[in-house]
Amino acid sequence: MTITGRIKPPMGHDNGWWWQRAAEGVLAIQRCAKCGTLRHPPRPMCSECRTLEWDHVAASGRGTVASYTVLYHPRFPGYEYPLIIVLVDLDEGVRITAELKDCAPEDVRFGMTVTAFIHEDPDGFRLPMFRPAATGGQ
Amino acid sequence: MPISMKNQAAVAGIGATAITRNSGVSELALACEAISKCLDDAGVAPGDVDGLVTYTLETNDEVEVARAVGLGELTMFAKINYGGGAAVGLVQQAAMAITSGAATNVVIWRAMNGRSGQRMGQGVSGNIISSDLIHWSWYMAYGMVTPASWVSMIANKYMNLYGVTAEHLAEVAIAQRNFALNNPNALNYGKPLTLEEYMNSKRITESLRIHDCCLETDCGVALLVTSTERARDLRHKPAVIRGVTQASTRGQEQMTSFYRDELDCLPEMEFAARRVYAMSGLGPDDIDAACLYDAFTPEVIMQLESFGFCKRGEAKDFVAAGNLRLGGRLPNNTHGGLLSESYAHGLNNVAEGVRLIRGTSCNQPDKVEHVLVSSGVGVPTGAVIFGKD
Ligand SMILES: [Zn+2]
Repeated sequence: MTITGRIKPPMGHDNGWWWQRAAEGVLAIQRCAKCGTLRHPPRPMCSECRTLEWDHVAASGRGTVASYTVLYHPRFPGYEYPLIIVLVDLDEGVRITAELKDCAPEDVRFGMTVTAFIHEDPDGFRLPMFRPAATGGQ
Repeated sequence: MPISMKNQAAVAGIGATAITRNSGVSELALACEAISKCLDDAGVAPGDVDGLVTYTLETNDEVEVARAVGLGELTMFAKINYGGGAAVGLVQQAAMAITSGAATNVVIWRAMNGRSGQRMGQGVSGNIISSDLIHWSWYMAYGMVTPASWVSMIANKYMNLYGVTAEHLAEVAIAQRNFALNNPNALNYGKPLTLEEYMNSKRITESLRIHDCCLETDCGVALLVTSTERARDLRHKPAVIRGVTQASTRGQEQMTSFYRDELDCLPEMEFAARRVYAMSGLGPDDIDAACLYDAFTPEVIMQLESFGFCKRGEAKDFVAAGNLRLGGRLPNNTHGGLLSESYAHGLNNVAEGVRLIRGTSCNQPDKVEHVLVSSGVGVPTGAVIFGKD
């Protein structure tokens, strides 16, 4: 496999809409149209009530770091290293995997508060990322 | 009365190719060699094989292998998903076939040019839109492309919660390297590993150094599974399957089960433990040695808790006390494992489990009645307990 830049997600029925909302500047969370349960990553059916209909809400972008890792090697073109990846428990109650920017690897903490923003690559591709909350961690 | 697989089937043959970084031959050639050696080891003619099981990641189709090796008429063939998570699944599939009468002599195998060909450590990518690719894309887009990146997300949480240090991980790596020093077939034979070397080795992720990660190798491994009764008439003492299961739990993803409430344990492995202990009527105290899946060192430590050898958070002390070494409570991966022997998606660990029951390991402990072998960690997985006849 040769990676020449950020690996772009395939845009299928079940996930393309989420990336489209990200391109429009929104961190979206899928919501069951029947029981209202939020879910991420998106899937076609609600596992609580087996409903195929869904809509989505815009996340507040606030959350806390449930876990994280820092990637050093191997280094692929299109990404900045050391690359910090966080699992964020969003205030809405779902968890999301994304990159943490504007933070040194030694400053990441479990439970620190973060806020989402939309990152744009030089080629115009946009995706949600996080940075430490302005008010600091807990 | 439900049918039980307990004691119905046994492993009666082991075959393996040389372990190298560049085999110079096709993956089909590796499969043929491993299977041929396995049949000779068992003393079973190719024409008597009627079942085949391998991994979905295997590039050699059953019929290609059957034609090349001269196998007989086949009545059961299956492929199991989830990379190393399939390892014990192959054993279960074979045991199911034998217990039910779907097949009588089943070859399970894995053959891969894992270093000179498609490398797992190079990560995933692709273009065909499938639910599998969409799954990976949530991580690929952010640069989480390699197994080490996915595993370290859970390992880092666990290590932080319970105070697991690099020295604890090093003990897992060094204990297994020491075993490999007595295994002439191991890729790391003749290459001792010191704590200093470990600590100074290349940083891969927040919690993993290069010596915490398994090898990438070219090799083939095959096992023959048959009924315990037939196995008694073959060349070696049977390694009887006391209990075997696959295991996947709610919220499971492939390598990235990040969305469950608890991130500091392996629910699918705990499920596998409950199942194999219940089926075999055994418990952790009955297990004399293990081959716990060891693609990454923290996974070994976490599994000690999943299988009840330690309480939550206490596995690091169990490891630090030298319990994974020869003479310890639970000699683990006595061939060197995926870390120091070879990476055959765990089927080489299953083979070592059989050798431990035969009494033919390069690092044979004094008394071995029961051996536990597990499949891949962080994926849908499984576990098997082998026992003496
Ligand atoms: Zn619902």
